[in-house]
Amino acid sequence: MSETLLRCEGLTRRWGGLVAVDGVSLDFALGQVHAVIGTNGAGKSTLINMLSGEIPPSAGTVALMGEDVTGWTQPRRARAGLGRSYQRNTIFPNFSVLENCRLAAQATYQHPWAWWQAASRCERSLGAAREASARAGLNDALDRPAGLLSHGQKRQLEIAMCLATSPKVLLLDEPLAGMGAEETERMLALLSELRAGHATLLVEHDMDAVFRIADWITVMVNGAVIASARPESIRNDPAVQAAYLGGH
Amino acid sequence: MGWATFFVQCLNALQYGLLLFLVASGLTLIFGIMGVINLAHGSFYMIGAYMAYALAPAVAATIGGGFFSTLAVGLVLAVALGYVLEWAFFSFLYEREHLQQVLMTYGLILVFEELRSILVGDEAHSVAPPEWLTGSIALGDLMSYPVYRLFISGVCLLLALGMYVVFAKTRLGMMIRAGASNREMVQSLGVDIKFLYRVVFAAGVAIAVLAGMVAAPVSSVYPGMGNQVLIICFVVVVIGGIGSIRGALLAALLIGLVDTFGKVIFPQAAGVLVYVLMALILLWKPDGLFKT
Amino acid sequence: MTGMPWGKQAFVAAAALALAVLPLLTGSFGIDLVTKIMIFAILALSLELLVGMTGLVCFGQAALFGLAGYAAVRLSPESDSASMWWLLPACIGVSGLYALFMGALSLRTKGVYFIMVTLAFAQMAYYVVHDTPLGGGTDGIYLYFKPTLAIGIWTIVDLDKPLPFYYLVLVCLLGVFAKLALLARSRFGRALAGIHANEQRMRAAGYSTYPYKLAAFVVSGCIAGLAGFLFAVKDGFVNPELLSWHQSGAVLIMIILGGLGHLRGAVLGAFAFTLLQELFQSEAVFGPFAKHWHLSLGLIIIAGVALLPNGLIGLPALVRQRLFGESK
Repeated sequence: MSETLLRCEGLTRRWGGLVAVDGVSLDFALGQVHAVIGTNGAGKSTLINMLSGEIPPSAGTVALMGEDVTGWTQPRRARAGLGRSYQRNTIFPNFSVLENCRLAAQATYQHPWAWWQAASRCERSLGAAREASARAGLNDALDRPAGLLSHGQKRQLEIAMCLATSPKVLLLDEPLAGMGAEETERMLALLSELRAGHATLLVEHDMDAVFRIADWITVMVNGAVIASARPESIRNDPAVQAAYLGGH
Repeated sequence: MGWATFFVQCLNALQYGLLLFLVASGLTLIFGIMGVINLAHGSFYMIGAYMAYALAPAVAATIGGGFFSTLAVGLVLAVALGYVLEWAFFSFLYEREHLQQVLMTYGLILVFEELRSILVGDEAHSVAPPEWLTGSIALGDLMSYPVYRLFISGVCLLLALGMYVVFAKTRLGMMIRAGASNREMVQSLGVDIKFLYRVVFAAGVAIAVLAGMVAAPVSSVYPGMGNQVLIICFVVVVIGGIGSIRGALLAALLIGLVDTFGKVIFPQAAGVLVYVLMALILLWKPDGLFKT
Repeated sequence: MTGMPWGKQAFVAAAALALAVLPLLTGSFGIDLVTKIMIFAILALSLELLVGMTGLVCFGQAALFGLAGYAAVRLSPESDSASMWWLLPACIGVSGLYALFMGALSLRTKGVYFIMVTLAFAQMAYYVVHDTPLGGGTDGIYLYFKPTLAIGIWTIVDLDKPLPFYYLVLVCLLGVFAKLALLARSRFGRALAGIHANEQRMRAAGYSTYPYKLAAFVVSGCIAGLAGFLFAVKDGFVNPELLSWHQSGAVLIMIILGGLGHLRGAVLGAFAFTLLQELFQSEAVFGPFAKHWHLSLGLIIIAGVALLPNGLIGLPALVRQRLFGESK
């Protein structure tokens, strides 16, 4: 019923003698928010970097919408429908909010040879930018320089830029980082809204938020998956409780 | 090429490579530890050579010493110069962007060149090696090799060894290495990082000056020598990997070989060969041989 | 003209007008000097594309400048004038090709490595020109006949005469300025700006950044080639110093001094730097000390970079801030 948009099998990454990610196999399906949790050093960042294409795996494969993309660069995967947001903002502080989204959206319609045409009048990228920023709730701030936004708004912009290219798969790295209660609510509402149309990987530390929004949770410890199931099962899993939730 | 010629060229390559390593190690250290790219580093080499020429009569007249006394005096002056330069100028560059560092140290080159021009003039000079180091030793029946060149190689090896001992075995070396990877932590442990940087910088300057002084009898003393050696040092650092002393040594020896044998085999293309080497290595390893 | 705020537009229009009427006000020395400055302004604009727009600090621009100049001399027949119609594209092609080679390899490195590597590649070109028969050695080579710009028998511009040549260079400068202004606001230009601001985000969005940077390198090389061609034609003479790293450094200083990130800054910087050099070399002002003008220049460079972070373009804002305490 729900189609698997992103799959990794046996994904492994070694740095010299250290194994950062050990044989991880996961599915990410359309209409599902799949959260990956784990303590610091569990390998979550390395995993997400291998899925996005920023780090090559030492072993294992990644398949995007059925196609083997293990050897693909990040830009190529992005053009094929893989979007990513970062834990630390990668917005353009000197450009306006609208221009931030427009420039991201332009990636799907690059046309670099048309040097006489003004980019700011490109209807396709402008349209996609307005849509993405509206979804992320930034309609009132379109003309503000991105560097002047509040932290919560910057995180919203980070998501908006990810959405601007209309990806099918979302790799979200701690979107709630540094957010207050109200901003968290807004972000969770957005993620809920995005659920139906995307396959979402959510790496997060905020346990309450994770258990509220996730349809599936994978727990990682020391680079390996120790549990992968529905939230209720994870909550009651003794191994997980011992390794992770017990300390909280 | 007969065996004797080949062996002589190998010794030449070794001597040139080691000298290059000495100058380049200062450059890569200062960049690796303080994050400053210093275009004026070649000028220190030039200053050393001109010191060997200009100080010799002064030292002979006052202290009555010869070559080694001149070296000692030059070394003391170099450390003082490095210390003052770091305090007055370079300490302000640490926080700046690379482009600004490049341009400000470029301005410094112009200042150094012109000061040298005002103080000592623009002519080329030769410097005589000390009496007991002149002459050659015989290699087999047909060839001989200048003793002084062996002396240069010897001095460079000694200094390289000294650097290794300081870095790997002493507390100072440990503090320097720690300061390179985590400045704030070292500061919070009570180490005076400003003083540390000043010491490292002065050492880098002193090594380059010493290299210039020692090389003077062989390379002669002329205005453009600083810039020439600087660019080759850049190639050494790029090939070896920024911040890596090991890399600088390997790269310098490699360049010594390519340059020396290149001059013998392809005299016309000799200048270009080093850059071809760099291009080839970059194709293979964009971060240099030993990435730190 | 391209959506710039009216203040900037007025500045550009006024500057263009001033340059257009300048020959009426000065003698042959002035025309010769300003022609030279305008050629350097074209060169500075080429570097602005790389450094200011894309954030690639290239320390080898002189090679792209000088190679075109050498091509202009070498490709011109000894017996007769070449036609600019083919000579100019050929010279631009030479620079563009070397830029492709240099860029393809240099762009594999980042940060400080990139600066050092571009410097080294420029030195490579310098040694080819200095040491091989291709170049003609330290003394340089002479152009026997300046090229002609003609259609049939009708000469459009007589490149031998200083005044027509001045206006040709002015037209080239305005053309390059306009082209780069259009480029900056185009999709390609915005992509370069994005790569400069945050390359990671651009890659995450789906831009393959290496081809963009390489393209910027080649376009920059071609514009530098235009400047090199004009320089060779102006004096009918090229020498290896055109490719020296002092020349590369000088262009970098021009765009920093003028103000990085602004096309006007590059032109302003070319004027300011060249005029400063002339000033420091002038014995009328500095007397016997004029011989050591490198010292003055070095000190000004250090002071300029240290005190004017945004260059001359940023001076009005800096003055306002100091005088009126405006914050930003």
